Amino acid sequence: MKPIDFDLHRPETLDEALDLLAEHGDDGKVLAGGQSLLPLLNFRLARPAHLVDVGRVASLAVLRRTATGVTVGAMVRQASAEQSPAVASHCPLLAAALPNIAHPPIRNRGTLGGSLAHGDPAAELPSVATALDAVFVAASIRGRREIPAAEFFRTHLVTALEPDELLTEIRFPATDSGTGAAFAEVGRRRGDFALVGVAAQVTVADGRVTDARVCLSGVADTPSRPKDVEDMLRGTAADDDVVRDAANAVRETVEPVGDLHATADYRRHVAGVLLARALREAYETAERSEDGHDLRIA
Amino acid sequence: MGTRHRVQLTVNGERRSGDTAGRTSLADFLRDTLGLTGTHLGCEHGVCGACTVLLDGSPVRSCILLAAQADGHDVRTIEGVSPPGGPLSPVQEAFCETHAMQCGFCTSGMVLASEALLATTPHPDDAEIDEALGGNICRCTGYVQIREAVRVAAARTADDERVVVRD
Repeated sequence: MKPIDFDLHRPETLDEALDLLAEHGDDGKVLAGGQSLLPLLNFRLARPAHLVDVGRVASLAVLRRTATGVTVGAMVRQASAEQSPAVASHCPLLAAALPNIAHPPIRNRGTLGGSLAHGDPAAELPSVATALDAVFVAASIRGRREIPAAEFFRTHLVTALEPDELLTEIRFPATDSGTGAAFAEVGRRRGDFALVGVAAQVTVADGRVTDARVCLSGVADTPSRPKDVEDMLRGTAADDDVVRDAANAVRETVEPVGDLHATADYRRHVAGVLLARALREAYETAERSEDGHDLRIA
Repeated sequence: MGTRHRVQLTVNGERRSGDTAGRTSLADFLRDTLGLTGTHLGCEHGVCGACTVLLDGSPVRSCILLAAQADGHDVRTIEGVSPPGGPLSPVQEAFCETHAMQCGFCTSGMVLASEALLATTPHPDDAEIDEALGGNICRCTGYVQIREAVRVAAARTADDERVVVRD
């Protein structure tokens, strides 16, 4: 239950970090908050020769409001984002999802970039980023590139990042007024990895849904965004019939895998229940927001 | 051999330092290098909470934090919760009075998580207590007495008055 011996590198600037990854990326791993990586190291499921700890690169730990949304540096701790007024008011889906991640001591160390680059399809943040069409910024000594969320998650624990690339920031688009969000998940115990999770965000104008975003976690190798369900919701008042149809559509399309924690049938059933629950909450919050009573944070 | 690192940090108010391998966890550094064995290692993969210490005042799992990552930071362990020889802190007193421990293996982590909670939330409700301690697993006492201990400590710390513990 101790990691294999490795070389630990602790760069202080982004350039140093990128040089180290160019040299050691192929047999190395980036260490952010370590809340996913260190368990893997302790179990020796990961056996990197080099670890590049980016925790001292101050420029990666910045969360800022921009003209188009909220940009979160990869090293921003989940607990910091959870307490951020900018996240609460401009990125309500992220705000709704964060308290569901593990337990407070994990969120005190865990980072947004670390969780996203880990790419666990049962985790909360990949689902949020996919639902919101977040943009991932990756840097290497070869340059910088932007990766849309839809192309970032490749399969279980595999992302579009190359071995020499570092995820530096994630850009979440701001929400329009009249937007509400909700995150619902079910696990054996609070803080456990969810069996199924649903991220939902709807924007409402004159009582009708103008934009709907839904993403499920825990039902496939990547976050699963049912666009047909989003289309079903647009233009409706998200009444009981529509929500029930949406839940049924999700149950028919998802293909979760059963394991010792839950059968595939159970996960499929719960996906529908959670979708209905998250959609109702998101819609009601959006309506209140549209009425001028901005309760998105509540 | 992997890289070696000089780690300097403040532990329970004292400047401490040591040389250690890059792969050494803060928990192993505290126990093996600094001799502070009050920090217990249960699962060693961040699930059980036994190894909880306070890093710059916030609870963290010291088994999934490298010692090198704690370089330059402030760490508080169970040894720093009350002075040697006593008196115990209000949280520790309350754990004793409410029988909130049995084998004691999880207690260091439970006490530190409780101390951190009361430092930021002097009057926690049950939901807040559960959220703060939910990541700390106890396998023998059960959680009812532990929650009771936090309530008692909160009432005592906040109001500075004795609280009668129910039989």
